[in-house]
Amino acid sequence: MTPLEVTQATGLFSLSWLLIAIPGVIAALLLVAGKVSNPWGHILATLAPIASFVLALLLFLQLLGRGVGDRSVNLKLYDWIAVGNWHIEAGLQIDQLSIIFALLITSVGSLIHIYSIGYMAHDPNRRRFFAYLNLFIAAMLLLVLANNYFALFVGWEGVGLASYLLIGFWQDRPTAATAAKKAFVVNRVGDLGMSVGIAFMLYLFGSVQFSDVNAGAANMTFTQATILGLLLLLGACGKSAQVPLQSWLLDAMEGPTPVSALIHAATMVTAGVYLIVRSHAIFAQTETAALVVSIIGTVTLLAGAWIGCSKDDIKKVLAGSTMSQIGYMMLAAGIGPAGYAFAIFHLVNHGFFKANMFLGAGSVMHATDDDVNMRHYGALRKALPITFVTFGMGYLAIIGFPFLSGYFSKDHIVEAAFDRSWILGVLALIGAGVTAFYMTRLMIMTWFGRDRYADGVHPHESPLIMTVPLILLAIGSVFAGLLLNDWIGGWLDPAVGGQSGHSGIFDFSLIGGITLPVVAIGVVIAILIFGRGRQIPVEQPASRSPFTLAGRNDLYGDAINEAVFMRPGIGLVEGVTKTDTGGVDGAILGVSGIIAGVGARLRRWQSGFVRSYALTMIAGAFLVGIVVVLGRLA
Amino acid sequence: MPALSLIGMDIPTPHIEYGLLMPFLMVVVAACLGVLVEALAPRPLRHSLQLLVAFLGIILALFVTILNWAGGDKAIIALGALSIDGPTYFLWTVLLVFAGVSFLIFAERRLEGNASAFTPSAAAVPGSTGEQEAIEARFEHTEVYPLAMFALSGMMLFPAANDLIMMFVGLEILSLPLYLLCGLARRRRLLSQESAMKYFLLGSLSSAIFVYGMALLYGFAGSFDLSAISDSLQSSTQKDGLLLAGMTLVGVGLLFKVGAVPFHSWTPDVYQGAPTPITGFMATCTKIAAFGALLRLFYVALGGLRWDWQPVMLVVALVTMFVGSVVGIAQTDLKRLLAYSSIGHAGFILVAVTAASQTGNGKPADSLSSVSSALFYLVAYSVATIGAFAIITMVRLRGGESTSLASWAGLGRRSPVTAAVFSLFMLSFAGIPLTGGFIGKWSVFAAGWAGGQQWLVVAAVVISLIAAVIYLRVIVTMFFTEPKADAPVAEVARPGWTTLVAVGFGVVATIVLGVYPGPVLDLAASAGEFLR
Repeated sequence: MTPLEVTQATGLFSLSWLLIAIPGVIAALLLVAGKVSNPWGHILATLAPIASFVLALLLFLQLLGRGVGDRSVNLKLYDWIAVGNWHIEAGLQIDQLSIIFALLITSVGSLIHIYSIGYMAHDPNRRRFFAYLNLFIAAMLLLVLANNYFALFVGWEGVGLASYLLIGFWQDRPTAATAAKKAFVVNRVGDLGMSVGIAFMLYLFGSVQFSDVNAGAANMTFTQATILGLLLLLGACGKSAQVPLQSWLLDAMEGPTPVSALIHAATMVTAGVYLIVRSHAIFAQTETAALVVSIIGTVTLLAGAWIGCSKDDIKKVLAGSTMSQIGYMMLAAGIGPAGYAFAIFHLVNHGFFKANMFLGAGSVMHATDDDVNMRHYGALRKALPITFVTFGMGYLAIIGFPFLSGYFSKDHIVEAAFDRSWILGVLALIGAGVTAFYMTRLMIMTWFGRDRYADGVHPHESPLIMTVPLILLAIGSVFAGLLLNDWIGGWLDPAVGGQSGHSGIFDFSLIGGITLPVVAIGVVIAILIFGRGRQIPVEQPASRSPFTLAGRNDLYGDAINEAVFMRPGIGLVEGVTKTDTGGVDGAILGVSGIIAGVGARLRRWQSGFVRSYALTMIAGAFLVGIVVVLGRLA
Repeated sequence: MPALSLIGMDIPTPHIEYGLLMPFLMVVVAACLGVLVEALAPRPLRHSLQLLVAFLGIILALFVTILNWAGGDKAIIALGALSIDGPTYFLWTVLLVFAGVSFLIFAERRLEGNASAFTPSAAAVPGSTGEQEAIEARFEHTEVYPLAMFALSGMMLFPAANDLIMMFVGLEILSLPLYLLCGLARRRRLLSQESAMKYFLLGSLSSAIFVYGMALLYGFAGSFDLSAISDSLQSSTQKDGLLLAGMTLVGVGLLFKVGAVPFHSWTPDVYQGAPTPITGFMATCTKIAAFGALLRLFYVALGGLRWDWQPVMLVVALVTMFVGSVVGIAQTDLKRLLAYSSIGHAGFILVAVTAASQTGNGKPADSLSSVSSALFYLVAYSVATIGAFAIITMVRLRGGESTSLASWAGLGRRSPVTAAVFSLFMLSFAGIPLTGGFIGKWSVFAAGWAGGQQWLVVAAVVISLIAAVIYLRVIVTMFFTEPKADAPVAEVARPGWTTLVAVGFGVVATIVLGVYPGPVLDLAASAGEFLR
């Protein structure tokens, strides 16, 4: 594969840093200005992603006008670190892949900003919320537009920070603070993979710029490529909530719903997929790591679907579904050149229909006094007709109803999975059926049947400022697939080294023929269980089915995390700190401690006694001496 | 050295390069002038005069340092006693800057109600009538400025010393005033005096160990001169028991000053007890000077013995990072927490020290060596540290500083700006991108990797992730925790402009070092290697 020509930015492209700078500056402005900006802060903040969107659109049109060979534009801003053989520039790369992401982030982002004006209207901290949202947009754009892994990592941490701030936005809820902390901690595990991976890249290539890495990748040994690939995958798993680092995403639903829609569905959680696709040259060298990506994706798509089946919290069902859909993208990304374009295609479609459904869920919550339990819904289609229709479009798109967006992208992925291995294909197919099942369950429990909401709850349609974004997103969910299907493969392939092949809208394949009945079966089963005439208890019925219980408990993700990470960690900290009780205050105030016996105290490191400190030092000196001597002998 | 001949009386007049030595001399002169001011100036003028003298000294010294550096003069001066080279210039510049910022925090008078943070009568027994009288008479002493200036002069001597005697002299000049300074806190006198005593006793012990090691090294090499020791490593064929023992003991003395485990036990107690402005001064300037000396000794004098000391440094670095990060998690007092954090950071710098990655050997001339990356890390760490301690002086409860973490709960809602700034410093400590700490971590890890210590780097990355929990905990406490119903609640008091300038410096520098680290990295890289 020949490395792509990278042209230097001129004209409009040299302004592309504004994409990031506009929301970034406005976020800073709102945070610094404080209460002064309360009356107009949200308006200004909403204009930021819109401005970025317009710019991104102009850039996109310019790229369209260029030849295939020079669609990759590099904009060097300045030398970030330039010491010796280390040369890391702060720069952006506008190419086929990054512009698609920029468009997705700014368009969905703009709609969610508009929606949030209504959704957060009564929140006293609305300005701060919008500032964080803008911060997120800026960081996410940096993540996808960066021309090297180092700057990408900055964006990566930035979206993590914004996500952390937004999950914990309602500080008065202790669950929100815990969830925020959990997201942060789990993501640190992923970051470990990223940072070691980037260090490894620097070691291998002396550069972390995409163009250099892509050029140098061919010279890696298989082992090097596998290690690097797995490190990047670890990072991707953390950010994209893939098994085994999935547990934070469900808890993250504690954040305001627009946040769930923007960050935890449409954009940030797909960053892992972006990372894998962007690192295609590395995965091209290692069959093993690519296979692991596919396996992780497949496991997650099933695990997410399983969780989606057993939750009653509408946002958690959608979160499980997000996990599952990202699993599909990972699966596609792991397939390699044949799958990259499909992964991104599904990612874009998913961005639309999932943001649509999350915002729809927000609209429902808005109508029912922030109730998230679907057992307390029912028959809402009469009260919220617009939301119902838009949500329905999202539903049809995700289950893959013919000619809606999910139909195209998911079928391509299932097909590609069968080409890779029939096991992956069958599992992906099963996933499609289960998706249809739990989404139908969600639809029935929320919109149909008898109303089960508590007395005093009067559902009502949301204001226009919330429904218009819903309508636009619904249009996206319906038509994105039709519009992009013929085009996206050809557009993306040069940038990601892909060979997705061409497929027309009306191309029917054998696999596509199987998928549709499987989806239909899922829908029918759900209707039979939850449909007409069936009672849905307001309280969650006790269940002894291990499948249900596992699903309700997030597949015991927390328990596993606790056993593997937390317990040893806590034990360690406790063990070490036992030596640090007392301290200065202990020595002065703890007279009883002195009587309790000097001998016992001497064993502690941090007793507060100078003599024990001195003894530690001398012992340490001896230890150092011993190590020196041992080193000499060895 | 020319032979002494009593008859001919031809003892040469030592040739001193006063030009290159000038910054050091200026600081010493300013310190001496400070003593005179303390003795002679009328009481109302004293504080302003002390500040004037100290800042004149620092600014002039800084000016001359930069002038000399720009002139490119590098030499071993004063008959081989001092080495004025790239790292020395860099360290002097940094030391003078951070001393200046510390002095800004010393100068704070508003927080204590028109009084400094230092006791009016350090010698009085805490709680005695003598102390009470001194407080009521509104006595005030400003000896803190000359004391700190003397300490600063020692800090400048310490890393520039080219022979062991001079290094020891520097060590003592910097330590003795610090022992006193630790005992000067206006409030919590007992704690302060205890910390001074502990620091003094343990410091003396470490000095004794250092001197013993010095003697052994002299026994081996027949010289105190660092390059002479290095030469004798090459030529010697004799048994090297003296050498190994000497190296160990001298190393222990220096590791004590940088606060490496297992020679760290003084750090939490002293950091907690000392007046907070002094803690800030110690945590930055002492650490900078001590690392400078450590690097010089091990690279210049003992560079040939690398295979012997690298395993030790590796173990010490690992243990230091680990203990600093893990024990830090459980701290309930912010000053202790920052003390453990500073221990952890010493460990990260030791990663670069261990690697002993030098320029040359086929690498480009200005690539990041161990020395330059350690220098950069020290700067990045210091800007956040000095800012953090400045903030601690501002967060108060019933007039005094409130350092218990529990009393900071909900501070983010009461004083969002202060809490946000403190969070920025915490994020820099944690090594989050776009802060100086991130670039610092990267540079030491890169130097570690380049020096062939890959596994140490991997361990360091893992530990740095654990360490992030310490700082996260502080942020969570400030922003996401409700104060307990019966717990005391700390408030942010409005400080004078000097403290605000110090905090502002910390904020700007932390961000600039993260976003646009180029100039400082270049400076650190161009500081290059030690002159031998």
